[in-house]
Amino acid sequence: MTPTALIAEDEPLLARALQSDLAQLWPQLSIVANVGDGTEAVKQALAQQPTVCFLDIRMPGLSGLEVAQALAEDWPDEAANAASNFPLLVFITAYDQYAVQAFEAQAVDYLLKPVQHDRLALCCERLRQRLAQRADPRTPVLLSQTVAQLRELLGAVGAASPNAAPAQTSVPKLDVLQAGVGATVHMVPIDDVIYFEAADKYLRVITAEREHLVRLALRELLPQLDAQRFWQVHRGLVVQARCIASATREDTGRVTLRLRGRAEKLSVSRLYAHLFKSM
Amino acid sequence: MTDRTSEAAAPRPANALLLSVDHPASAVKWAFGRHFLQAFAFNCALWALQVLASPGAMDIKFVYSQAIGLSIWFIIDGGRLLLRPNRETGWPNARRATVLIVVGVLAGYTIGTVIGDAYCGCSSWELRTFAPRRLALTLFGTALAAGVAIYFFHSRGHAEHQRAQLAASERDATLAKLTLLQSQLEPHMLFNTLANLRVLITLDPARALAMLDHLIAYLRATLSASRSNAHALAAEFERVDDFLALMSVRMGERLRTGFSLPAELREIAVPPLLLQPLVENAVKHGLEPKVEGGRIDVRAERVGDQLCLTVRDTGVGLAPAGVIGAASHASAKPASGAAFGLQQVHERLRVLYGDRAALTLEAATDAEGGVLARIVLPLDKAGSAA
Repeated sequence: MTPTALIAEDEPLLARALQSDLAQLWPQLSIVANVGDGTEAVKQALAQQPTVCFLDIRMPGLSGLEVAQALAEDWPDEAANAASNFPLLVFITAYDQYAVQAFEAQAVDYLLKPVQHDRLALCCERLRQRLAQRADPRTPVLLSQTVAQLRELLGAVGAASPNAAPAQTSVPKLDVLQAGVGATVHMVPIDDVIYFEAADKYLRVITAEREHLVRLALRELLPQLDAQRFWQVHRGLVVQARCIASATREDTGRVTLRLRGRAEKLSVSRLYAHLFKSM
Repeated sequence: MTDRTSEAAAPRPANALLLSVDHPASAVKWAFGRHFLQAFAFNCALWALQVLASPGAMDIKFVYSQAIGLSIWFIIDGGRLLLRPNRETGWPNARRATVLIVVGVLAGYTIGTVIGDAYCGCSSWELRTFAPRRLALTLFGTALAAGVAIYFFHSRGHAEHQRAQLAASERDATLAKLTLLQSQLEPHMLFNTLANLRVLITLDPARALAMLDHLIAYLRATLSASRSNAHALAAEFERVDDFLALMSVRMGERLRTGFSLPAELREIAVPPLLLQPLVENAVKHGLEPKVEGGRIDVRAERVGDQLCLTVRDTGVGLAPAGVIGAASHASAKPASGAAFGLQQVHERLRVLYGDRAALTLEAATDAEGGVLARIVLPLDKAGSAA
């Protein structure tokens, strides 16, 4: 099977250069998608299922790390499609020392811009070795292992990044949410919120009685929430823990939440399924 | 540009930190020990003077000198620390200090004399009856010596404090300069620019050369901005063009630019790198996060006796201020370079023009959206930004 690759890089010259360097260093690798933003990267990666993804960290839409998270959450189950292996990820960054430390710690490959020829050659060599290991039936690579590794990585980057760490201590926790509807502003006590769901640029705020729409990214809200009380269960879903009635593990391995005060069920992504284990 | 961000940058904490590390228990102990040795040496000098004046009974004179001198020192120096001294002078307020000194001299003299008497087996208090003048003289001499010693310690402590304050303010200034430089020479921007340059060198050498020239001009302007006070508005526009040219190589079609500088405004003198932080902010927080990119327009115009400089982008816009008090893109990340840059502009305008100049940041009101940043400067009659 020919190895395939996706390149996600928002600077056109750099994307072109990476593509031509790869063509020289690894002629068998066929580039199936070349995208300039994170949202498109997720869409193309899920559609094309490439063997390798080169992800720039700073991109419009979603960052490279957010793309990795989305792929880990939405990648099809192994049971459904045995051939679909989760892509090998290579992160590219100009200067993110915190992320680089996390990559080192988690043994995930990364490239520093400007990408130098020898370093890219080494990266290709490592990728080929990993692919050879995968092909060997004696060392099966399970999606759950990849997911566990990514969970560690995302946790480490989140905790170490300069924006996240001080923000969590210095940003005051939110008590009341102000949701505007026309000329009226509804004051929603944070304790009444059962869950938050991201919807494009908006945020759905769901209480037992009704739902509000707030123009705020989940990413901006998260530091203002008490992490002990509000659990993230999916990249677009945060639930108040005391409103969860039960968590059920389905036959497919997926975890589904039943809520107090709401009829709908919520599904937990595989990145967060480990939160729901019996004590 | 809210008050919150300008408060965050106030340089006081470094100073406070310095003073607080200067006064831990161990430092106080050290100072106390040092003062003991100094007082001891001072007493030795007094003793030597006495021996020179009237030789004989050297050991007795030594014991009296040290006993009286060290007692006074111990009471005054110890009492000074117990009475919560003022951090600047190391002494309590004037009234308390006076009481402390008088009590210290009298009590120290008494205690020291008792110790000296115990050593030589005589009683100095008998002098009261047959030589009151001599007793008064020794007391006066003691007070005089104490005065000299106290003056010495006091002026030394004061000088030390001033030195520490000077060092602290120098540190503050260096820190501010470093932060400014760091915000302008942002590593992410530099390495991405170099990465593009590296590609262009083989792909399109002529364009690589042009890009390198823009980078050189950008770096030179950034590094020397603090050294000049004013340059022509046309020069300011060129620096902005350098930056945007670098960015448009990187962003390709996602970045479009427009400049408008009327000929009669070209030579007006303005503070250097006033517009650049606004443009960097527009790129970083307006266009870079937007998938389809957008346009940046930089304009200068004369409105009455004011110069109006605007940077308008069609990017993602300000975060909604009404919702949960979410901050604008200028203050959302107080630690980020761009916010620091804006704050610098704000601060420089305030220092140079007081309230005659202003920097405002608002959502653009037309259909294209984005942000409109505006600097208003006063123009004097000759037509330069006064």
